[in-house]
Amino acid sequence: MARAPQTLFDKVWARHEVSPETAAAPAVLYIDLHLVHEVTSPQAFTVLRERGLRVRRPDRTLATMDHSVPTVTAQVFGGVPIALDSAARQVRELENNCAEFAVELLGLTHAERGIVHVIGPELGLTQPGSTIVCGDSHTSTHGALGALAFGIGTTEVGHVLATQCLLQRRPRTLAVDVDGRLAAGVTAKDLILSIIARLGVAGGTGHVIEYRGATVRALDMEERMTVCNMSIEAGARAGMIAPDETTYAYLAGRARAPRGAAWERSLAAWQKLPTDPGARFDREVSLDAGAVEPMITYGTNPGMVMPIGGHIPQRSDDPAFDRALDYMGLMPGEPLKDRPVQVVFLGSCTNARLSDLRSAAGVLRGRHIAPGLTMLVVPGSQQVKRQAEAEGLDRVFLDAGAEWRESGCSMCLGMNGDVVPRGHYSVSTSNRNFEGRQGSGARTLLASPLTAAASAVRGRVTDPRELL
Amino acid sequence: MGVTTPAPFTGLTSRTVVLPVANIDTDQIIPARFLTTTTRADLGSRLFADWRYDERGEPRPDFVLNRPHAEGCRILVAGRNFGCGSSREHAPWALLDYGFRAIVSTEIADIFRNNALKNGLLPVTVDAATNAWLIAHPGAQLSLDVATATLTLPTGVKVSFPLEPFARHCLLHGVEELGYLLARLKEIETYERRERHA
Repeated sequence: MARAPQTLFDKVWARHEVSPETAAAPAVLYIDLHLVHEVTSPQAFTVLRERGLRVRRPDRTLATMDHSVPTVTAQVFGGVPIALDSAARQVRELENNCAEFAVELLGLTHAERGIVHVIGPELGLTQPGSTIVCGDSHTSTHGALGALAFGIGTTEVGHVLATQCLLQRRPRTLAVDVDGRLAAGVTAKDLILSIIARLGVAGGTGHVIEYRGATVRALDMEERMTVCNMSIEAGARAGMIAPDETTYAYLAGRARAPRGAAWERSLAAWQKLPTDPGARFDREVSLDAGAVEPMITYGTNPGMVMPIGGHIPQRSDDPAFDRALDYMGLMPGEPLKDRPVQVVFLGSCTNARLSDLRSAAGVLRGRHIAPGLTMLVVPGSQQVKRQAEAEGLDRVFLDAGAEWRESGCSMCLGMNGDVVPRGHYSVSTSNRNFEGRQGSGARTLLASPLTAAASAVRGRVTDPRELL
Repeated sequence: MGVTTPAPFTGLTSRTVVLPVANIDTDQIIPARFLTTTTRADLGSRLFADWRYDERGEPRPDFVLNRPHAEGCRILVAGRNFGCGSSREHAPWALLDYGFRAIVSTEIADIFRNNALKNGLLPVTVDAATNAWLIAHPGAQLSLDVATATLTLPTGVKVSFPLEPFARHCLLHGVEELGYLLARLKEIETYERRERHA
């Protein structure tokens, strides 16, 4: 009997069922790769210790530190103590836990350390068809390579450490089809912000998204990561893109990707992953990439977003909307373009890969950031940092008056000493514009690296197409 | 050693606290700067920190948790889409440490819902009309029954809410998922041999 056509998600899910779900119990789902970081793991290791359990598969577990680590070089390498005591304790605790439980750690001064969602793909650990979890909601990033990857809480971190499995109900599937060509100055960030605008911040709840269509196929690997990264901002725990030649070319030769005969075997398996013709999704949405413009957020969730030349919408009888604009110090009907900004942040698991730094440097080369503006450039990993330095991008940023830091989550979430001051406007390439996300009272405008760089030059919200 | 199984949770009766805000994200429930802790202790004092306290750390008198009637309330009623954002389990830990045992909204984000259930915090999603009624009646006395997954309004009207059967079983009987998974290690090993993962 011919098997019913399956989606990419269906295939990955089926392959990882230790036992399928029943009415009474969820599936036991096997996890191929567990990424661990300092913030969401300490309490899980404590549970293991209390119960006398070990990490069952240290070979499928990799730890690094990114959220609470400093990005100031002297605090990372210079023997200067980490400024935040609590962060320093958390870093030490991860070091101790990894030593005690024999988990490999890419620690503070390791040459391969970085934001967990940057280093997984970079090292070749993130592979098509695999299941990947991490105690972080942006684990969806890894879906760009055709993995089923999603964020979990600390209790589940403990479950995976102890058993390499999770209890999971099968999510629904949502196809997002994108066709058409992105215009010059319009990036993958603008595309995903447009998709979130379309779906709404809860539109993907309960679903795994598969991004499909000619536009998605034409994206390079790092652009695909930017798209999948923000799936969670539409409420979806995971976003996936079917592997193809772009994926294989990206993975080939990476430090921890398969080699030789193992590569050939893996490749043969990966090539069977894409969604079969005629496979059904629970929902389908389509979008025209040609209509996407550079996007910027004006409110306090990523769904409150508009084209950069637009006007903030008017909405009556929506207290959440009024509250958000009040926090942002903005009025309905006004434009954002040309509004003065005080901070620009180029970084985060969304937009701190080499191609992001290159595109921002392209705008900043031979230019200077506006007087009084602070611009932080935080590479996504130490490898990205070295690659950027080898190309001279660090000089471009420094000559322009920006700060060039060590890798980490930095100003994306303000828990490591890098914060936006109260009341200041920040054009940020990160993923969340929630109240206080970049620091108490900080006002975040999410945008692409191009828009961030252009706005840094002018000191005002700027359409990057004016500077290209 | 301190292995504790969760106490069975069959339901509760309590007055509500109403926070009529949509899309309350995990950064509002507990801001990231408090996540450098390595334990679960004392997070209740950080709950909704930026809404609850001013820049000097003084309680804002107009915030609902700082009003006398909030004392002892164990059910939080919120606007649509509660708990969106990060995977931080510190969010349900903070709500529980403060004293809440149930969250009512029209929608509750996936990761928050999972984290809540694993800690005995009951996520209750209701239709928009019921939620609007609850928002309009702060302090209403509600009963929540886990076995039947029903919410009873002070009017006597019963509203059912979705509760995943296994999660309901775990809540009712104080079953911890980790123990359930550990009991299935043989199957996991068989899977690993079959898929050559071992």
